[in-house]
Formats: sequence, structure tokens, C-alpha cells
Amino acid sequence: MRFLTTYIFSRDHKIIGIQFLLSSLIWFLLGGLLAAAMRWQLAWPWSDVPVLGSWLFANEGGQIPPEYYTMLVTMHGTVMVFFVVIPILAGAFGNYLIPLMIGADDMAFPTLNMLSYWFMWPAFGCLMLAFAAPGYGPAAGWTSYPPLAVLEEAAPGSGLAQTLWLMGLTFVGISSMMGSINYITTIVQMRAPGMTMFRLPMTIWAMLITAILQAFALPVLTAAVMMQIADRLFGTCFFIPEGLMVADGPAKGGGGQVLLWQHLFWFYSHPAVYIMLLPAMGMASDILSSMARKPLFGYKPMVYSMLSIGGLGFIVWGHHMFVSGMQPLVGAAFMLSTILIALPSGIKTFNWLATLWGGRLQLTTGMLFCVGFIAMFVIGGLSGVLMAVAPVTIFIHDTYYIVAHFHYVLFGGTSLIVIGAIYHWYPKMFGRLMSEWLGKLHFFTTFVLMNCVFFPMHFLGAQGLPRRYADFTAGDSFSHLQPVNEFITYSAFGLVAVQSLFILNFFGSMIFGRRAGANPWNANTLEWAAPSPPPHGNFTAPIAVYRGPYEYSVPGRDSDFWPQSEPGEDAHGSHHGA
Amino acid sequence: MLMHRFWAGLFALVPILGIGLYVIAVLGVGSVGGFSFAGLWLPENANPYATAIDHLFDLVHIICGVVLGVTTSILAYVVWRYADHPGRQAEPAQYITHHTLLEWIWTAIPAAILVFLGFYQLQVWADNKMNRPMVMVEGQERAVEPSALVVGKQFGWEVYYPGPDGVLGTLDDQRVENELTVPVGRPVVLRVEARDVLHSFAIPGLRVKQDVVPGMTQLVWFQVDRPGTYEILCMELCGWGHYKMRARMKAVAEGLEAEVQE
Repeated sequence: MRFLTTYIFSRDHKIIGIQFLLSSLIWFLLGGLLAAAMRWQLAWPWSDVPVLGSWLFANEGGQIPPEYYTMLVTMHGTVMVFFVVIPILAGAFGNYLIPLMIGADDMAFPTLNMLSYWFMWPAFGCLMLAFAAPGYGPAAGWTSYPPLAVLEEAAPGSGLAQTLWLMGLTFVGISSMMGSINYITTIVQMRAPGMTMFRLPMTIWAMLITAILQAFALPVLTAAVMMQIADRLFGTCFFIPEGLMVADGPAKGGGGQVLLWQHLFWFYSHPAVYIMLLPAMGMASDILSSMARKPLFGYKPMVYSMLSIGGLGFIVWGHHMFVSGMQPLVGAAFMLSTILIALPSGIKTFNWLATLWGGRLQLTTGMLFCVGFIAMFVIGGLSGVLMAVAPVTIFIHDTYYIVAHFHYVLFGGTSLIVIGAIYHWYPKMFGRLMSEWLGKLHFFTTFVLMNCVFFPMHFLGAQGLPRRYADFTAGDSFSHLQPVNEFITYSAFGLVAVQSLFILNFFGSMIFGRRAGANPWNANTLEWAAPSPPPHGNFTAPIAVYRGPYEYSVPGRDSDFWPQSEPGEDAHGSHHGA
Repeated sequence: MLMHRFWAGLFALVPILGIGLYVIAVLGVGSVGGFSFAGLWLPENANPYATAIDHLFDLVHIICGVVLGVTTSILAYVVWRYADHPGRQAEPAQYITHHTLLEWIWTAIPAAILVFLGFYQLQVWADNKMNRPMVMVEGQERAVEPSALVVGKQFGWEVYYPGPDGVLGTLDDQRVENELTVPVGRPVVLRVEARDVLHSFAIPGLRVKQDVVPGMTQLVWFQVDRPGTYEILCMELCGWGHYKMRARMKAVAEGLEAEVQE
């Protein structure tokens, strides 16, 4: 009983954070395996799948059938976006770090917090059942565009599997909504004495803006998902026009608009891109500053650029729809707003470089992942500028150029930071340090292999290679690219394989890791003032804040850091920042 | 131990290989193990409306390449120069919190470039998606009429030409499966529709792409300046057979279309 309330149905934000972390990592592994299966098919189309083939595809002679490939495409995207990146950033790190970094003893609503995790489980259940449903599983893409997603006869996976997919998303939405209400309330109401808004670490600013984005954008997706469920089950026709002929027979429908779903979906899912990026930017800022032993350069421009990313993020969704049939004049407006959103991301990058310049960089594994993140984010951000140029999108929309772009942002950007943040905050979570030697080997292999996987995709995209194709050898245009596809597949297998170094390190260090003190990195923020791991209630003594989070290498002091909670006059004033 | 040099070297590979590989792809020279680098950049374009698209593609790549080179080189340099290591002198990190002029510089310059790009591309967008081609008919400027109707379905394209009455969309239309014929050297307008689910009418060799949406009728236009065969692809996920939803487009000298259609 005691075990149940402490570790399973816990209301402690740290346990909930670790629960989110572990379940997201398990889904991460699954999502990676789905990608590996896709890569197998793309390198050697319709060849027998080793070992698993005779068991999974007994009726097809051991090969991946095309219906299964579209399921892989759909589920890889769904798992990675809704079950890995969003929950691991907001759910795991948001939960773990917010109360600790602002000096609170827990979240504002601990029971709601527990519920937000346990509402993920019906979502997990729905998605697992969707794999088992008839027709291999949902196969309309993670974007689930109608009519393919709505009309059962349009695809084998558009039956029960699609309904389960929609229900799963609804539960994820409920979970995220509970979380974001909690985060906003906690950050606004529960800051320790002296923790003014402009003394918040960048991670907390990012989590606050992310939670606000969630709270305002998510209801739109939830409503859209409900509408699609109603279209499927209750005979409404929000998204289905009249007179469609599917599978040689007339389909149900009348009066609906196909493009309506795309608008509603992207109204959430574009802000979701920033939900998947801003927390990573915040954590990167904190790790970079503490490991460079140098104040974060331009605190206020960093905050304002995040705020403008959050604001602009709401008016750029149309750039996913440049060639969708949306009125081209509207497209021109979205093109202008989209091109502007590149600006705050650029400002953040320049400030990170200036933070590192003149520092004394401690190249820990966490820091290496952060530096790697900057390089990869620059590539992903710049290819995003290309995508904002609407006429170019006419050519590269739905090609591998897009695939390269968002993997540089979400893998090279977010995932590298997530892994780096685990190395950085692991000693706080589990009281022991991870192996630096294994960690650096993990960084090196991951960094090299991810580039081998995703960089060549730019060239595939420049050739016009379409996304979501199960076989590129079928026509005349792309057969010559097959060696590139094989190279990417070998690299992808390697990328999945080297994650075993991380799994080994993660679990091995729980037992064999060197014991970490409260503050192994000599960092300033409040979580390092608590014991490692912090007890329920976090801080052993009442805590107050005396200065900003980035007072590193202050001239005239003996030590090169100055914790926020250490009493004392701040000679340079706490109002620094442009 | 000089591990920091190793890491700086690794990060230096980002600008070196990042830009280097692009240059190789654009030049199309060299090969590895029998694989030629000639086919890694934009396929040849035969559509004069899209010449400006390729120009924009190159222009943005040049701008982005410069930014990539500068920022990631600084990153590698910073790791080389400022990483802590046992041999480093006991100089502390510099205490610099902000620099207002620098912030203005690196806000204003990218903003100027981005605003320029934003407006520079508008005309190209309009030419390809908004301003339907015009022809002079009896001294008057008229919009070019669609010469064929292309209907996307799972998993192929139906092409309809006007029948004996010369009007598209009537009962005597002629239907051809997965083969479209257009004249070279003058503007072609097509009507595109979808029968069942979303598809996308795409011809990479002409930089043409338009999602075809059930319930909507849309127009696409282009001009083919080089006779030959082009591949029409579906570029919006439409079901399990998405990958094989292809058709051929033949561009032939004017006057020969009818013979080819027979």
C-alpha cells in the first residue's frame, strides 16, 4: 500500500515527472523501432523481413505489405509527437523542474497532476489496441486528413483503428490540459519569496509560455477530434462533401469541407511545434549558461523572443497548407507571418553563441548535447526559412526536404536537448551521476549517425522524392536514389542500436553511478539547493531568492557561481538584462 | 588530454560537410562506389513559370548557407577556444550579461533579409497560383481555358478531354487513364478534381503541385518548353497504394496532340 501511494499513485511532482519520463522513453524506443521498420522497406522494398517477418506477415510471405507501411508512417509520427516529445518536455521535465526551480514544495494542484499522468494510460491503451485492430492499424498519417481518415472504405486502417486513434488523442489532450492549467497556476502563484518574473530561469519561462500555448490551442484540436469522431460514428458530415465515390461505390457525405479539418488540425499542431521546441530552448539556455560558467547573454531579449515565438505561433498555421487548395491570397498572408517567425529563433541562436563566447566551457555530456543542439537547430531553422518561401513550397511540399527539416528540429533540436537534459538533471532525479565516458560515446555516435540519417534527405527532397511512399523503385524518377536510401537505412539502424548505450547508462548508473551531492555542477538555480534526490516537499529549509539565475563568474567573488538562494547583497544589481 | 579539440573538430565538420555536400550536389561532380552525385539537386525544369521558383530555391540556399557557415563556425571556434581543459590558464569566464547594440544588430539585419525575401517572392507566388495565364484572342486578352480535366482517384488519374462539342465537362468527353497529353510551347491550364480522398497533382519536372480536394474544383497551369515524357505523381497520402499512383504526361509539338490521344 505504502509502495503504491509513494511510487505509483503518487502526488509528488517529482515521481510524476519520472513516471512521464520513463513511459515516454519506452514510447521513444517503440517509435524508433517503427522508423527502423520503415527504413527496411525503403531500402529493400518488398523483401522478407528478417526474424519478425514470418511471424508478423505470415499471410504475405514475410514482407511488409503496403497497408502496413502506411500504418508505420502514421504511428511513427503519432507516437513521436503525442506520446514522446510533448509528454517528455511538459510532462516529465515540466513536472520535475517547475516546483524545484521556482522554490515551491509541489505543484499547485497535486491530485490534478497525478490525474494528468494517469489520463495518459487510457491513451496508451487506445494506441496499443489500434495496432491490434483490423486492417493493421490507423493509416491516414499523423495528420489524419479526411476523407481518408473518416471513410471506412477508403483504407483498411480507417475502421475501428482510426476511432481508437482519435480516442487516444482525446485522452492525451485531457492530460495535457490538466498539466498546463497546473503549470500556469504554479508558476504564477507559488514562486518563492524574491523570485520575481525576471529572476525565473529560462526553463520556467519556456514552460509557462508552452503551457499557455497548450491551454489556448488544444481545445481546438479536441473539438476537431470530436467532430471527426462524430463524422465516423454519428453520421455527421463536418469534413465530407457530397458525391464522393470510394471503392467503386457512393460514400456517405454531404455539405462538409475537407479543408476545415486541416485548418483546425494545424491551428493546434503548429503551436504544437513550438510546444515541442520552446521547453527544449529553455533547458538549453540553463545548461549552456551553467556549463559555460557565464551569465546567459541577453536575458530579456531571450524572454521576449520566446514570447514572440509563442504569439506568432498562432498565426502561421497556414504554411502547412500552401498547396492544399486554400485561397492563394490567404497563403500569401501566411507566408509573410511565417517568414517573420524565423527572426526570434535567430535571435535566440545568436544569444546562445554570445553566451558561450568568452566562457569557460565544461564539456560534460549534457553540455555536448546542448552544443550539438545549437548546430542541428541552425540547420533545421534555416531549412525552415526555405519552407516559408511559398513558391519554393510548391516544389518541396510533401517531399523528403520537409522530412529532413522537421527531423533536424525535432530530433536534432528537441531530442538532443531531452537526452542532454537527462544527463544534466539525472543526478538530481536519482542522486547519482551517469557515466560521462559512456555518455560521451553516446553523444558522439548519436550526433554522427543522426546526420548520416537526416542530412542526405535534403538531397532526396531536392530531387522531389515524395514522403509516405512505400517504394521508390516503382517509377522512373527516383530509382537512381536507391543507394542513398540504403545508406540512410544502415545509418538509421545504427542510430537505434547506439541508444542501447543510453539505456545501459540510464539504468546502470542507478546502481553503479557515483553519488552526486546536492549540486554536482555548481549551478545557481534553486533545484540544486535541494538534496539529491529531493524529498517529498523538496526543500529541507524555507527558501528565498536573492538574485537572478545566471550570476556566474561574478568579478570579485571567490567562487564562480552564486546560487539564487544564497543570502547576500548583489553588487551588480538583480536587474541585469537589456 | 585534448578532448576539447576533438569535440571542436567534430562541430567544425558541421559547416565543412554541411556546405561542402551542398556544393558537391549542386555541381553534380564525383561519385562514390559507382553512385554518381550528378542526380542530387533539382531535376531539370521545363516550365518557364517555375524558373523563378528555382531561382528562389538557389537564392535562399545561398543566404542560408552563409548563415550556417558563420554561426556553426563560431560554435566550433568557441568550443576550441573556450573549453576548459587541464592545460588552460586560470582565466575566469567573462562576466557579460548583455549588449544592447549587438542585440539590435542581430535583430535588424536578419529582419531586413527576411522582409526582403517575404516581398521578393510574392510575384512568383502570384504567377504560379493566382494569375491565370492570358492569351490574346481577336485582339482581346482572355484567360486560357482548361484543356483537360484530371481526376484523382485511388490509385490513378483519369484524364478527360473535350469531346466533339469542344466543351469540357459534358457527356461526350473522352476519357483516358493515366496518360495526359499537352502541347509544348504555350500555356496549359488543367482542371483538377478528386473523386474519393485527397490527392495531390504533382509534376516535379515542372515544379507543379496542387492538392486535389474532394468537393473542390481547381486550376493548375504551366508551360512545357521541352517535348518529352514527364511523370505525374500523387503527393498527398491517399491510402495504401499512394506510392504507385503515377501517370505519364506527354508534351508534344502543337497539332500532334489529337493523334497522340487516339
